Amino acid sequence: MFDTEIQPTVYHKNSLGSSPVKVEVRDVSVSYGEKQALFNVSLDIPDHSVTAFIGPSGCGKSTFLRCMNRMNDTIEGARVTGSLKIDGAEINDRAVDPVVLRASVGMVFQKPNPFPKSIYDNVAYGPRIHGLASSRSELDDVVEHSLRKAGLWAEVSDRLQDPGTGLSGGQQQRLVIARAIAVSPEVILMDEPCSALDPIATAKIEELIDELRENYCIIIVTHSMQQAARVSQMTAFFHMGSLIEVGPTEEIFTNPLESRTQDYITGRFG
Amino acid sequence: MTDTSPAFPVRERVEKRLAKRYRAELRFRSAGLTAIGLAVAILFILIGSIASEGLPAFTAHELVLPVSLDRELVDPEGDGSEASLRRGSYNRVLQNALREEFPGVTSRGDVRTLFRLYTPLNATRLMDAVLQDPGLIGTNYVFTMPLADDLDLYLKGRLVEDRTLPVGGLLSVAPEGEGVVLRSSTGDFAALAREIGQSMGAEARILELRSQQVGEAVEQAPIEDAARLQAEGDRHAAAAERLRQAALAANGFLPITTEMPSIIVEADGQAFRINELAVDGSTARGVALLGNGEVADASAWTLYVIDTPEASRRVSDQLIVWTRSLVARGVIKAGFNTYLFTNADSREPELAGVKGALYGSILTMIITMFLSVPIGVFTAVYLEEYAPKNRFTDLIEVNINNLAAVPSIVFGLLGLAVFINAFGLPRSAPLVGGLVLSLMTLPTVIIATRAALKAVPPSIRQAALGIGASKTQSVFHHVLPLAAPGILTGSIIGLAQALGETAPLLMIGMVAFIADAPSLGLAGFTEPATVMPVQIFLWSDGAERAFEARTAAAILILLALMISFNAVAIYLRRRFERRW
Repeated sequence: MFDTEIQPTVYHKNSLGSSPVKVEVRDVSVSYGEKQALFNVSLDIPDHSVTAFIGPSGCGKSTFLRCMNRMNDTIEGARVTGSLKIDGAEINDRAVDPVVLRASVGMVFQKPNPFPKSIYDNVAYGPRIHGLASSRSELDDVVEHSLRKAGLWAEVSDRLQDPGTGLSGGQQQRLVIARAIAVSPEVILMDEPCSALDPIATAKIEELIDELRENYCIIIVTHSMQQAARVSQMTAFFHMGSLIEVGPTEEIFTNPLESRTQDYITGRFG
Repeated sequence: MTDTSPAFPVRERVEKRLAKRYRAELRFRSAGLTAIGLAVAILFILIGSIASEGLPAFTAHELVLPVSLDRELVDPEGDGSEASLRRGSYNRVLQNALREEFPGVTSRGDVRTLFRLYTPLNATRLMDAVLQDPGLIGTNYVFTMPLADDLDLYLKGRLVEDRTLPVGGLLSVAPEGEGVVLRSSTGDFAALAREIGQSMGAEARILELRSQQVGEAVEQAPIEDAARLQAEGDRHAAAAERLRQAALAANGFLPITTEMPSIIVEADGQAFRINELAVDGSTARGVALLGNGEVADASAWTLYVIDTPEASRRVSDQLIVWTRSLVARGVIKAGFNTYLFTNADSREPELAGVKGALYGSILTMIITMFLSVPIGVFTAVYLEEYAPKNRFTDLIEVNINNLAAVPSIVFGLLGLAVFINAFGLPRSAPLVGGLVLSLMTLPTVIIATRAALKAVPPSIRQAALGIGASKTQSVFHHVLPLAAPGILTGSIIGLAQALGETAPLLMIGMVAFIADAPSLGLAGFTEPATVMPVQIFLWSDGAERAFEARTAAAILILLALMISFNAVAIYLRRRFERRW
């Protein structure tokens, strides 16, 4: 790598708008074995809003996303340093059990990955293992509530026992979102949730993300600048493992302060 | 557009290569088809030859004899106690029953031959029947026992070459001196006499040629061998001369020796062997093998020729005649060979069965399954999902893969040294066999399970972890169920391999002759037993010819077991298979 030196981040004013800080990140670096993938990232992520991470492939945005629920722990040789606080509580700490953390930080992956079980069992799995529902009817309520929130209830209410893998790609992704919602997380991480979907399914997911913003802090990694512009209130631009620029989406897209941000969003590279 | 289309400048070159590509494809496909065709043909030949050899063993001829269980024979002490019943002479009961079938048999030698129709081991079976129901004592009881193995083979047409010749005239037989004279009103023996005369001539010619050859060899042979060769040549020449003389039939009769086909005449429930045959085919001299030797103008009679000479077969004409007579009287009946399934191994082929080996295999497989599958699956889960990747686990992995390639007899040696010598477990026991086969099966199960676990997409693990499942929950709730079909297939392949394994069991003494089936209970695990493949191995070594068919039959049973095993594997796999 030719420029591995730490690059300063440009922070826009008014980054948080009116929302309180949900996630506070300070000097987070990630390395996989010898190779460092993320360099001293610091930023604040607001609650009840959508924050988009954009940047070219391999820029470290997904790596950073996976720090939020400690999914990097599952990769052998991964090392995360720095401080990540959710609601003021440190999470990048051996003392914090990732199982507990992941119950409050849900994640949606690039490819829809429902369990090869029924639709009902997919959504009920989280509440079951965390013991969130004490009775069968309560569990039914959780499942219905989650599916309604994910905008899937109308389509699947009459076939909850059908396999989740039998749904269409867009429906599967919404099922996965319902599964994440079912354990009532506070933060939802989405790693390119629409990259495997057609435009209509994408539109539905985007609509859903916009609705979910009311209740959750959503962080989304996307390759599509249009999507970032459409759904997010905050945008962070990553390049070569560094956070280059972060600010309100409107400002980033209309008035970027960094030339590389400008080049990327106007399509000159990436 | 013109022929030399400028729009596709590469078209010509592509087309040139295209023909070559298609030819290569065709070559490959035809090679594949040939290979499959060959494999299927060889499989059919294999199964077909085993089946044609083994299927006759699934039927058996049985003697259905009314026996009278006289009290003084069966219950020597007269008190009806078990000890007394066990000392009864049941073989005498069977012998009496047979002598009743053939009252004409009186001479000691003939009686002894008569008792070769069955094996005395059947006396034990009769005793068991009496012990089970002492009320039978003093009554007439119909006892069913298998016919002696050689005669069973004879009736199945597998022991001798024989044929029945057509007859047209009336047969009359009258005693003459020691033997009998047989007369046919239309010269029904003529064709046979001609044939025998010719074959005597041919035989003499062969002997002459041989004598000639020896004569030539004498000239070149060293001095010390010359005398011996000369004597051999003379012997052949003399034999040829004797044959020629006999074929001339000076007195009008051709002699039939034991080195020539046996000719049997059956009429009126009697049977005669012909010793001299008139050249004109009207008369023959012989002896009565069955009956009083007097027949008057019988129209229904049989001229039966056994082409295999009596001197070169295991059953005499006398036994064959008795057997045929019993078949005609309905005392010998053909039926399904239940002995093959209800008996354990036996010295006598007609009583030998696979029950002991089958039970031994079941008990051994139970041990193998309950040891190798859980240990193997959990080892694989640990290595695949939990173990850190370092030199130590690499070493373990290499060694597991090596274990899969270790010759199975080495596991037998290990079993002998560790389980029998060091731990003092009993020899020949299914417990030890199961332990040894578990060792052999473990690597297969581990490797198959690891492959199945590797095939589960990581997205499922991520999904489970992402929702807050612990490592163990993600493995047991999601990864293992998805890997189950592969694990099942691997385990069953491993078990099927163990089911067909012989070598390691030889080392731990499961190769012994064991005449009792182990009990299908907890005690059975330490009782001496053998298993199916070892039984096949033992039988293939058996001296009696009837063991040949039983070997093939046992192979068929083992194959059926394997196929049902694999069918279960396929069924379970279909059942558990889920798509993702």
